Amino acid sequence: MLNFKELEGYNFKKNVHCFQQGDLLIGYDVNSGSIHLLDEETFLILKTLEDVNSTEGHLSQEALEKALRLAGNFTHNETVSEILVELEELRQEGTLFSGEPEQIAAVYPEKPIVKAICLHVAHDCNLRCEYCFAGTGAFGGSRTLMDLETGKRGIDFVLAASRHRDHCEVDFFGGEPLINFGVVKALVDYGKKAARAQNKTIKFTLTTNGVLLNEEIQNFLEEEEISVVLSLDGRPEIHDRMRPHADGRGSYGEVVPRIQQFTSLRPKTSPYAIGTYYYVRGTYTHFNCDFDRDVLHMADLGIQQISVEPVVAGPQDPYAFQEGDLAKIYEAYDRLGEAILERRAQGRGFNFFHFNVALDNGPCLHKRLSGCGAGHEYVAISPEGDLYPCHQFVGQEAFRLGSLYDQDPLELKADLVREFRTANIYAKPTCQDCWARFACSGGCHAANTAFTQKLTEVYELGCKLQRKRLEVALYVKIKEIQQNCDEL
Amino acid sequence: MAKHIQTIVKANLSATVKTGGCGNCQTSCQSACKTSCTVGNQVCVK
Ligand code: SF4
Ligand code: SF4
Repeated sequence: MLNFKELEGYNFKKNVHCFQQGDLLIGYDVNSGSIHLLDEETFLILKTLEDVNSTEGHLSQEALEKALRLAGNFTHNETVSEILVELEELRQEGTLFSGEPEQIAAVYPEKPIVKAICLHVAHDCNLRCEYCFAGTGAFGGSRTLMDLETGKRGIDFVLAASRHRDHCEVDFFGGEPLINFGVVKALVDYGKKAARAQNKTIKFTLTTNGVLLNEEIQNFLEEEEISVVLSLDGRPEIHDRMRPHADGRGSYGEVVPRIQQFTSLRPKTSPYAIGTYYYVRGTYTHFNCDFDRDVLHMADLGIQQISVEPVVAGPQDPYAFQEGDLAKIYEAYDRLGEAILERRAQGRGFNFFHFNVALDNGPCLHKRLSGCGAGHEYVAISPEGDLYPCHQFVGQEAFRLGSLYDQDPLELKADLVREFRTANIYAKPTCQDCWARFACSGGCHAANTAFTQKLTEVYELGCKLQRKRLEVALYVKIKEIQQNCDEL
Repeated sequence: MAKHIQTIVKANLSATVKTGGCGNCQTSCQSACKTSCTVGNQVCVK
């Protein structure tokens, strides 16, 4: 029988998440990361316990009795007893009602260890995407390209700032980085040599809209094993509406063949973006809350690795989500989950990045607490060599961490570093009680500050979408496991 | 075999407090314009 004494004071709502997705009733144990399939009676018991717990603040024998009374349909004491026995087994095993891990106060060295940089090699773009946070490529400043000297200093910076860490990451970003291809090429060469000299490796990535992705550049990316993130929003009319040229012409027609050509070079890309990978990413907005159709459109183009994400926009933007969009978006995720399963069963599967949850070999708790590491493990560098917590903060003076041209570039603004370091889920009241906290790690600092002006307050719409995605992701995973078992 | 509950994944995330923290994994950015990868989408490289 479930040992209620042991559960005295247990916060059910934040630690066990029971939900229905499709035809499955799922119980997710947040602290252990375990997942259970429940039958209807068990689901009802757990759900009612959760409700009682959230209204009364704790679990108790009385709470259970009340739950059972409320449920009414449990006339079979035998069933209830059986369920309580099973729940207790799981509790003892540590896969349900598991305790919260001790709050690890991450111990950081006084000076941050920066292992990843985002080099803004071009604050200029050949497209004028509506939702671009870069202010259509110029980041609120003038249109500039990074020169080679600044880029080299950036590489020297990450090799030094990563200290004892052997693996560094350099992302070429913009604007459109291929506008400054010459510098990208020279920096890859420089970076590889400089890293080798220090017994380190640099993993390069490049994010591009695909307009300039000709054969020469494709070959270069292949030869140098550079991972590539390509932008495509989906159906032609959706893509062209948000991603036009300066003269208003859509860009779908020219980027799609290039993206198809390039992605076909990497058929074995890892769904978890390991090794040299590609994926094609898009943004959905108010205009395509049925973005599942865009994802399927991309899959129909032969693209295997797809990520389509919600836009982050201010209420004044016409493409910002509006009242009523949320329900449509939820439905789109539901449909997408089913469509993916169906296609996989037919052998036409593809990966939707956000439904990939590594169930048993996901990252450790330390990683889950620190999240993106913006501002202390990861920094972005403007074409002028200024350092910011991440690409979304570039150009915002209040967030400037320093410059590559400072006497000691490694000396980052200490109070800002501290602020970002400590803005983890334990510092955010909403995250502390959120069942998705170890998968989400507290949301995006840039979105949070844009909406709440604080690093420790969350952007709620983002949270709702995050949780929905996670539910569907868990569902898809379970279905896959079941499918695989059936095949054995 | 349990009658009412079927365990699909047995995990022990809390234990990684002790074992993890090597810092070798990729950085993960969840913004749409970038890698749009949350930690939940990653695997441990260890
Ligand atoms: S940011 Fe939102 S979804 Fe993520 S952990 Fe915090 S409250 Fe949960
Ligand atoms: S703050 Fe947001 S945009 Fe910046 S690196 Fe982190 S997740 Fe990405």
